[in-house]
Amino acid sequence: MRAAVSERSSSLQISAMPDGFKENFTIAAGDFASAGEASARIKSILRMIGIDPAIIRRVSIATYEAELNMIIHSFGGEMTLSIDSDAIYIDCVDTGPGIEDIEMAMKEGFSTASPDIQMMGFGAGMGLPNIKKNSDEMQIRSNPGGTHLHLKFYIT
Amino acid sequence: MNTYFHSVRLDRDKCKGCTNCIKHCPTEAIRVRNGKAQIIAERCIDCGECIRICPYHAKIAYTDPFSDIGGFKYKIALPAPTLYGQFKNLSSIGRVVMGLRLMGFDDVYEVARGADIVSCAIRERLASKDNLPVISSACPAIVRLIQVRFPNLISNIIDLKSPMEVAAIAAKREFAQKHGVKESDIGAFFITPCPAKVTSIKNSYGIEKSHVDGAFSVIDIYGLLASQLKKPGVVTIESPTASVYGVGWANSGGEAIAAGIQNYLAVDGIVNVIKVLEEIENMKLTDLQFFEGLACPGGCVGGPLTFENPFVARARIRALSSKIKNAEPSCEYARQYIDDGSVLFSQAIEARPVMKIDGDMLTAMRKLELIEEITARLPGLDCGSCGSPSCRAMAEDIVRGDAKEIDCIFKLRDKVTSLAEQMVELIGRDKKEKV
Repeated sequence: MRAAVSERSSSLQISAMPDGFKENFTIAAGDFASAGEASARIKSILRMIGIDPAIIRRVSIATYEAELNMIIHSFGGEMTLSIDSDAIYIDCVDTGPGIEDIEMAMKEGFSTASPDIQMMGFGAGMGLPNIKKNSDEMQIRSNPGGTHLHLKFYIT
Repeated sequence: MNTYFHSVRLDRDKCKGCTNCIKHCPTEAIRVRNGKAQIIAERCIDCGECIRICPYHAKIAYTDPFSDIGGFKYKIALPAPTLYGQFKNLSSIGRVVMGLRLMGFDDVYEVARGADIVSCAIRERLASKDNLPVISSACPAIVRLIQVRFPNLISNIIDLKSPMEVAAIAAKREFAQKHGVKESDIGAFFITPCPAKVTSIKNSYGIEKSHVDGAFSVIDIYGLLASQLKKPGVVTIESPTASVYGVGWANSGGEAIAAGIQNYLAVDGIVNVIKVLEEIENMKLTDLQFFEGLACPGGCVGGPLTFENPFVARARIRALSSKIKNAEPSCEYARQYIDDGSVLFSQAIEARPVMKIDGDMLTAMRKLELIEEITARLPGLDCGSCGSPSCRAMAEDIVRGDAKEIDCIFKLRDKVTSLAEQMVELIGRDKKEKV
């Protein structure tokens, strides 16, 4: 696993997304009723393409966590699934407060979720650590306008 | 390998081509084509949801003809504990055993005794398992579901045979020893609440070949057995009976309780089980020790081949259980079958992925794009009138070459409207020219 590139920067742009299959999912802030729908769709797409089940499982775990992060912490955004012959890419681009301290957010158990959210069983501080653990590459760009999380999963 | 045997089938003459079954199939394994339902064999897990939902009883389960018992010199009945809940005013389980003997069986070995053995085996085996949660292997529809849809979870399935299999092994061995006959002369017949068990006998998992020689449905046996139960007189039951816990396997949670597991989750109903398996696959329940998933509502008592309402059956089994002498399964008795490995799987369960749209990944991606495009063009009502369960499923079927866009009645209506407009326009032009 490569080291995660995590920095606070003024630009949310990360290198251009690859060609191949692409699908966008809109994630709304606070929409717990739809929580998990995007990651479930992604899982079903990967099954149809015939991706190795072990990889699907990792993508599924990471995208679920990312989806919940957007629901809990952002003002909403888009999750994009892109696939080419080498890898699966996930890009989560949201508007919102951004992640103030990425290094802290990467620590297991660290959470900025409100007590209300924690009462719902979320915000255990395992989101980003789990995403990192399950992806092959992870990049986060964040500023007070929003966050861009880029994930890569090798399929070859 | 031969084509996969399925118990669940279609009675073409009874099928009206309605959309009830396609909408309720948990694996989207049914389509209506040319006015009749068709089951996609690779996707069907024999759960029997379609049997339950079909208003015309066009979905049937193949079970063996009762005359099959004539093929063996000695015949043993293996009643599922669910059978005990089917009869009103039943004074004891022993009466059912007696009734089965009167029907022509030389012996009866309760599957609940097999469940007692497996319960003891789970107690010992669970401690050595670290791939949590350990998943029950008892419901064949769930095992099959995991094979086709959750291949990551195959390694979580406990490597123990089902109570039915263990009962067949024990029944034959003990009968052969007691009467000095060959095991090959003995036929063991399961009385089943569901089609999935029938399938698991013909297409066994975890073992090379089932020890069960045939299966009759509870509902088929019901009439014959009920009339035997009405006969006066009592036959004394020689064989020891199962424990309360073994009989409890008929109900959801019964297995976990019998195995003495505290940290368990029991889920019944196939749709509910799918949801929880998704969570287990996403590693969200790794703090759970044991997962018992049963395809039928309430557990085996809710099997589609039963006669009695599952809630009534459960209450009756509870009432009958209070009369059972053995409160605990005899793990001393189970010992012989655990120690010689009779309870263990001898083969790995293989994955049977069916969701893939094409063998080549790049082609699959192109097809997927096409599916998205077509889905966007369809009305999104998921009405099922085209014969596919949803608009998305129809788009998949179109790309697979199994359907045409014009099969959608809304697409057809648009097409007819546009054709009609063109005709009106043509006629109008024609008139003008004549004038």
